[in-house]
Amino acid sequence: MARYGMVIDTRRCVGCMDCVVACKTENQVPEGFDRDWIATDTTGRFPNLHLEIRSERCNHCDAPPCVDCCPTGASHVEPFGHVVLVTPEQCIGCKACLASCPYDARFVNPDGFADKCTFCIHRVKEGLDPACVSVCPTRCMTFGDLDDPRSEVNRLIESRTHHALIPAAGTSPRIFYLT
Amino acid sequence: MAAGLAASAGARPALEHVSGAATTEKGIRKVPTFCDICFWKCGAIAHVKDGRLWKVEGNPEDPLSRGRLCPRGTGGVGAYFDPDRLKVPLVRRQKRGQEEWVQTTWDEALNVVAGKMETIKTKWGAEAMALFAHGLGGTFLKHTLKAYGSPNIAAPSFAQCRGPRDVGFALTFGEEIGSPERTDIRNARCLVLIGSHLGENMHNTQAQEFAEAVGAGASIIVVDPRFSVAASKAKHYLPIRPGTDMALLLAWMHVIVGEGLYDKEYVAAHGYGFVQFQAELEPYTPEWAYPETGIAPDAIRETAREMARYRPATLIHPGRHATWYGDDSQRSRAVALLNALMGSWGRKGGFWTPSSMDVPGYPYPAYPKSTKGKVDNPGSRHRFATESITTGIREATLTGQPYPVKGWMVYATNLINALPNQEETIRAIQALELLVVVDVAPSEIAGWADVVLPESTYLERYDELNVESFREPFVALRQPVLHSPHDQKPNWWIARTLAGKLGLQAYYPWKTIEDYLDHRLAKANLSFTELKRKGIIRGAAVPVYFDDGVEPSFPTPSGKIEFYSTQLHDAGFDPVPKYTRHPEPPAGSFRLLFGRAPMHTFSRTQSNPLLHDLMSENEVWVNADVASRLGLDDGRYVRLRNQDGVLGQRIRVKATERIRPDCVFMVHGFGHTSKMMRRALGKGASDAQLITRYKTDPLMGGTGMNVNFVTIEAEA
Repeated sequence: MARYGMVIDTRRCVGCMDCVVACKTENQVPEGFDRDWIATDTTGRFPNLHLEIRSERCNHCDAPPCVDCCPTGASHVEPFGHVVLVTPEQCIGCKACLASCPYDARFVNPDGFADKCTFCIHRVKEGLDPACVSVCPTRCMTFGDLDDPRSEVNRLIESRTHHALIPAAGTSPRIFYLT
Repeated sequence: MAAGLAASAGARPALEHVSGAATTEKGIRKVPTFCDICFWKCGAIAHVKDGRLWKVEGNPEDPLSRGRLCPRGTGGVGAYFDPDRLKVPLVRRQKRGQEEWVQTTWDEALNVVAGKMETIKTKWGAEAMALFAHGLGGTFLKHTLKAYGSPNIAAPSFAQCRGPRDVGFALTFGEEIGSPERTDIRNARCLVLIGSHLGENMHNTQAQEFAEAVGAGASIIVVDPRFSVAASKAKHYLPIRPGTDMALLLAWMHVIVGEGLYDKEYVAAHGYGFVQFQAELEPYTPEWAYPETGIAPDAIRETAREMARYRPATLIHPGRHATWYGDDSQRSRAVALLNALMGSWGRKGGFWTPSSMDVPGYPYPAYPKSTKGKVDNPGSRHRFATESITTGIREATLTGQPYPVKGWMVYATNLINALPNQEETIRAIQALELLVVVDVAPSEIAGWADVVLPESTYLERYDELNVESFREPFVALRQPVLHSPHDQKPNWWIARTLAGKLGLQAYYPWKTIEDYLDHRLAKANLSFTELKRKGIIRGAAVPVYFDDGVEPSFPTPSGKIEFYSTQLHDAGFDPVPKYTRHPEPPAGSFRLLFGRAPMHTFSRTQSNPLLHDLMSENEVWVNADVASRLGLDDGRYVRLRNQDGVLGQRIRVKATERIRPDCVFMVHGFGHTSKMMRRALGKGASDAQLITRYKTDPLMGGTGMNVNFVTIEAEA
């Protein structure tokens, strides 16, 4: 069974937020909330600057604290693709998962359950990329199986310098940023 | 109710349902069309799920979107659901600008418009009625206005945007850049962006190709007072002093010509007046340019050599919004000449030669000929203007010279925010006997209108065919996906019905838009049915580079690339561009710069719920050191005051390293004041409000708008 992950080329990304709006329409995310977002990091002094633009979302961690802390089992690792999902019907809205996530990737849906990125698993099951990957005009995102040594995601990770977010949190995130 | 009215208008295609509410439709329905959230016209596929609009994706068959829309296109769904969109025809109740309306029927609203237009024609002549129309949707209103007898049709896209660029390039190569731009970004090995923030300026194909060029390791050189997104991708970032771009361009050319780095064969074969050009460049050394631009001579030399290293696949991008300092067509000409030295015109990685499908127009009766001629450019004082000048029409409206203008019809362009100096626009409006606004969403100009006519969004209407001039020929269809949710009408229906009321039925021999489209397509041996199914029909690929068989042709007076322009000389202008020093901000002031964000189009999209969610207000970028000196924390509200004492709206400070200390920057399009734009009202500030001063390009009438200075006042 696959273990899905995402590789994002920060050199190609222009931060246009198409991924954000594509997620909103695909998943009918309620107004005022986001399952993904754009972060920008500027370092240096004008004019010698470096800017990293990143499309961020739930990292579908290999060691997900949100799953560990969930009292009802609503937050779980789905066998299909090892993605981290929430079953709305089981969620009691206690927000323990929101507090445990080092990436601030979750929000409480107005309908009362913890909500976040699903890697568009409904699309992936149909052989499609997640909406954010599929829409990106700069083609900066690649989605695939981290357990498949021949996958494009692994090829990119091996060929370019990269980093993941907050490695010190020990959650083993599965989104990698090429620099 | 909407469906009933629609049926009586005879304007409805046979759709299954209304707006998604009371529908029995099940499953997913996909309808190919093309986007209208900006003017790029990307091929799209709308998805309707169980009768409700779900999402809009790119059409993989479309060479513009290549299957991927930009954030605005993806957010097109929000245009349909926008609760603020115009719903029913409105007639002004109180004084202009008070936004007090009486809701009315289409018949009554169009009777008012037609009645006033008849009066204007009788009293002042048909020429006294002008049309401002932006984009493809204006086609049929233009037709009605021409049939009525007015030659005065303009769009801000010329005098407030790309006009100087097209004039500068046409003076040099004999041809314009066009839109979509004929730039071969994807194959460029060296891409130079001078004041052009690709990526933030989200013209889909261009942004896609930019990422491709970056991904392929192209050498990117970015010249900008602001560390733009594009600058963050650059090998060389040159933080130029605003207003001195011409000095840099001349110094680059000085180096390239002086060191013999240009394409000598290309220049010998295609150039005219090179010797005079070379002599003119003599004084513009990098050492001369240094104090002007703030760019060190070594950096000028190094980047000039970098460009030459990759020629002819070196593309100095012509930009788009080119109206900066009033000498803009000469600056654009300098950009054109630098490209000419690289030999990039007609070459891979430079500029391709566009082609288009041959789809004949609909045969209409001849338009009446105006004896007065156009009003916007009396005596051809702007000798090289190739399109009508919006601000020229405004001036004629204010002065009555060369003849009075008494009526404006405005389609899909928010003139209050598009033209410099709002006070002049508002004074011109006060001189009108009729102001009609046709649009999808409210705007400040709609607030000033006598009659507001609500148009269907692009998801609810057929429109003119898109027969684009592009890298490869294609024809695209916009077709309705859903019924309009209220009493909105497609522009073709509005234009045709108005023409009927004006007694101009002869100009609309077709009954329905389907008849019109079918007729045009049949003449081109294309199938309307197939186009409805696919959204796009592509023509056979044709050569696009000189090396592939395009015959080099330069339709200038000399038939060559004009390094020296005799026509400019004869008209009393510099035949080779010269440097002009522009005024600097007084001590304590900053130059006001403005530009784009990828998720908004002009001032048209701020009320779109999805796009508003991505960016609900703009910020003023202030250099971090300056902000610290002024005690302005990041995120704090301030107001800008310009040199004429105009105080701007509340806006948050973005204290950042990413801008020079002598200027501030804001995204255009915010600071809405129309009460009808409930979601966007009072959010962010309007740059346009602060642009009271502008400098007119003597060649073509463009309005340079980067000439305003502001101080920053903290909000309590």
